[in-house]
Amino acid sequence: MWPNKFEYARAGSVDEALGLIGDEGKFLAGGHSLLPVMKLRLAAPEQLVDIGGIDSLRGISANGGLTIGATTTHAEIADSADVQAMCAGLASACGQVGDQAVRNFGTIGGNIAHADPASDPPTVLVACGATINIQGAGGSRSVGAEDFFIDLFETDLEDGELITSVSLPNCSDCQCVYVKFPHPASRYAIVGVAVCLKMDGATCAQADIAVGGATVKAVKCAGAEAALAGTTLDDAAINAAAEAVKADIADWLAGDIAYPESYRQQMAGVFLRRAIGAATG
Amino acid sequence: MTTRIFGSGIKRREDPRLITGEARYTDDIKLPGVLHMAVVRSPYAHANIVSIDSSAAEAMDGVVAVYTSEDIGDGLAGLPTAWLIPDSDLKTPEHPALAKGKVRYVGDGVAIVLADDRYRAQDAADAVVVEYEELPAVIDPEEAAGGGAPLIHDDVEGNIAFRWVMGDREASDAVFDAADVVVSERILQQRLLPTAMEPRAAMAQFNGATQELTLWCTSQNPHIHRFIISAVTGLNENKVRVIAPEVGGGFGSKIPCYPDEALVSWAAIKLGVPVKWTETRSENYLITIHGRDHVQHVEMAASNDGKLLGVRATVYAGMGGYLSTAAPGIPTILHGLLYVGPYTMDSVFCESIGVMTNGTPTDAYRGAGRPEATFLLERMVDNVAREIGMDPAELRRKNLIPAFEDGYEVATTLIYDSGDYPTAFEKALGMAGYDDFRQAQADALAEGRYLGIGVTAYTEMCGLGPSQVAGAVGFQGGLWESATVRVTPTGKVQALIGASPHGQGSETTLAQIISEELGFPVEDIEVVHGDTTETPMGWGTYGSRTTPVTGAALAHASRKLKEKARVLAAHLMEANVDDIEYADGSFSVKGSPDQAQSIQDVALMAHLAWNMPEGMDPGFEESQFYDPPNFVYPFGTHIAIVEVDADTGEIELQRYIAVDDCGPQINPEIVAGQIHGGVVQGVAQALCEGAIYSDDGQLLTGSMMDYCMPKADMFPNFELGETVTPSPHHPVGVKGVGETGTIASTPTVYNAVLDALTPLGVKQIDMPLTSAKVWGAIQQASANGGGH
Repeated sequence: MWPNKFEYARAGSVDEALGLIGDEGKFLAGGHSLLPVMKLRLAAPEQLVDIGGIDSLRGISANGGLTIGATTTHAEIADSADVQAMCAGLASACGQVGDQAVRNFGTIGGNIAHADPASDPPTVLVACGATINIQGAGGSRSVGAEDFFIDLFETDLEDGELITSVSLPNCSDCQCVYVKFPHPASRYAIVGVAVCLKMDGATCAQADIAVGGATVKAVKCAGAEAALAGTTLDDAAINAAAEAVKADIADWLAGDIAYPESYRQQMAGVFLRRAIGAATG
Repeated sequence: MTTRIFGSGIKRREDPRLITGEARYTDDIKLPGVLHMAVVRSPYAHANIVSIDSSAAEAMDGVVAVYTSEDIGDGLAGLPTAWLIPDSDLKTPEHPALAKGKVRYVGDGVAIVLADDRYRAQDAADAVVVEYEELPAVIDPEEAAGGGAPLIHDDVEGNIAFRWVMGDREASDAVFDAADVVVSERILQQRLLPTAMEPRAAMAQFNGATQELTLWCTSQNPHIHRFIISAVTGLNENKVRVIAPEVGGGFGSKIPCYPDEALVSWAAIKLGVPVKWTETRSENYLITIHGRDHVQHVEMAASNDGKLLGVRATVYAGMGGYLSTAAPGIPTILHGLLYVGPYTMDSVFCESIGVMTNGTPTDAYRGAGRPEATFLLERMVDNVAREIGMDPAELRRKNLIPAFEDGYEVATTLIYDSGDYPTAFEKALGMAGYDDFRQAQADALAEGRYLGIGVTAYTEMCGLGPSQVAGAVGFQGGLWESATVRVTPTGKVQALIGASPHGQGSETTLAQIISEELGFPVEDIEVVHGDTTETPMGWGTYGSRTTPVTGAALAHASRKLKEKARVLAAHLMEANVDDIEYADGSFSVKGSPDQAQSIQDVALMAHLAWNMPEGMDPGFEESQFYDPPNFVYPFGTHIAIVEVDADTGEIELQRYIAVDDCGPQINPEIVAGQIHGGVVQGVAQALCEGAIYSDDGQLLTGSMMDYCMPKADMFPNFELGETVTPSPHHPVGVKGVGETGTIASTPTVYNAVLDALTPLGVKQIDMPLTSAKVWGAIQQASANGGGH
């Protein structure tokens, strides 16, 4: 509970933040991922550059798709009518992060930069094909969510780079849900399933599915998607998807002492069924 | 003043300062020039210390000193074990405040750093270089006792610290050999982390001029802390003042005297400046005592027609790396003596083996030995019911001890004070709609849903306890309490007590007792506790004893004052004492009600002493030492209804019914609060809590990310009922209620879950019943052919 010594600087703009950040520095937004690990001395950055006061990084704009500033809080996303309309699954996921106090401080940018595999928003971002917008000293770039998350607490973000926003396609014509099986201790996901279905009448034209919690990163589940696409989501299709999803995540499984990998893998199937039920119910 | 205060659910008087953050805890107390202590702790469960290099740490800014056990030398005696169970071949291995040559659990202190700032102290602690030679570790108590396990203390052969036997083995064997039915189970009472809301803290200040030490610390029993700190520092006891300021919960974990408290005391004496240490939550999980940790081999004998004949158990109780203050008494006296429960069962046998392991030391945790007994008893009753094909409620009904008002001796030699188990039992069954539930359960099963019900009938001994018994069972202290009721000239009351409440609401409950006896309004009564200089001697707050024992002392002291007031009032009104009537804090003369003296009037006149009766001393204050003649035995029946989701193994607790009898309730709201909290803690043991170690002794559940604390949304609204059976030996008839919820609820919910899983063929799962374990058991049973 006693972090190592660090320098602190508060940036007024993205450019200032990028100029301030040192080799052993970290950007600080809501602090709800970074500060706990610093207090446990699991991380010891020498410098924190506080980006919480940069206005351009905060807020949600809906213009064809969604653009969510990096320091927008989970609570703001969960409560946003635009997010609820255009990516209901993300609103749901952000509304299930931690508790209300955490959601009032924790930010989407900080969340994905930390890349906790059991956190909720990344799973929806991967399912829905979000784009992560990044700025560094050398300019800005964008990377798809599926490529952004590389492994346990590991992302595509380079040292000194800052996430500026997250973009999502308009999914208002989709059935988009996030269903979570929370760990009783931490309330992080034992398994979290994001399902986004585009229906054409009774037929599922496209299914986008990702699983987190049970895995070292949010995993896009192509096998389960294929099992549902083109079907009427009949029992046979759902059974096939629930089996396929276990194979989709087989190479990426994660677990802990109480909820081992094998259990979480099985639960991915159960919760995929529940997510499909919630999306179509 | 005319409101009847006893039995009234008035709000807790301590809550405004607690819930607004105004309360002052140990860590809130700031002393100028204080040094902060950080402890270098072993990362290994079992290792030899090869070398300690503190030179880098000592050179850091703000660091005043780094000390090891070598520096302390004989400046501190080892921490004593204060419950020396007789006839058990007890070994008490040395427990130095800092490890000497060897560490015995992860978190064992190796060195202390003293610095001008808490952050710098921690930085310097990280800079102390300790070279270890790692040794094989053992965590499981049965394995540690099994021979071939690593030896943890050279002077504790086979790691067996004690072997306590209750009952006659041959007589027990005869009962079991002749019984129609014997059921058995290996029960794991997993380790639990007490997790008081306030972690521990200690701050010491030594006055060189007067040679007096003041220790502020998170204690449930400051007088015991004074006793032990005096012993380990060598200071005379009258030169040690221990203050327990606001203490944020304990659940037993703040009974023991810990190394940290001795170390701040020693360092404050050595350096002549105040020294403070405050535990982090991570440290709390590593070094503050754990609870439970039994491996139990249990059997119960019964007849085919449902007469319970006997229970016997071999218990391996994990003690951890050292024997904590009261540790040996928990799996023995406080455990085995409960083996009869509320049943007419004539044969009991227990062999309890205290085993040193490389875990954190264990000691009393809410219920302390009695939950472990009640669980095994209730678990076996359900197993008997299943074995003979009798409904488990019916089996209990057949075996309950009939109602008794004044004494009932059971096979464990306890004499229960009073009880009416059948009435509480039937009331709970009625509230639950037990018979209707069995139909609903069958209907649900037909739809593929798994409902279950668990019923626990319990009694427990608390209000610890007669001092003569304490002595006979090796407790190195008394178990009486004392109290002073002091009334100021303006008629305000200070009640000074030796016990040390830390969240129970005793400032309210005890004030209600005084108000009831003397008529002072509750708001005019302050209960003063937690300071060995300000308060009379007492043995502390634990074992559900503060209301039964301190409450009795206060009732008696109040009655002495009332008698004095009656005589003085008669004198002042020039009336005969026999003609004085008392009601609601006012003394009047029979037949002339307009002539009256209030208790406040009398208090003033006693202080002024202008006009005292012949032979009466001035002042208005009385004290009472009270040693209870027996324990008190609250009892009741708890019922849980659960549904198990067979797809995931998740358990939904749908209803929880608790009928408890703690005698007359002084404050029903506080009673309900105690039951709610106790039930939550006990249910959490059944469903989610459990400390888990790796094979090499690392605590894997080192934070609340992994250690599952119960949360409000896991619980339905509890349905509480009560019956009222006064204790015959207590001046106001009350029994303790602080631990009943924890004692009753674990088996209640466990048995409900196993009842739900019976159709699936699941017979046993180790606690806690996580969804992963339940799901795994369902899969396993299904692979073995399932139920039906």
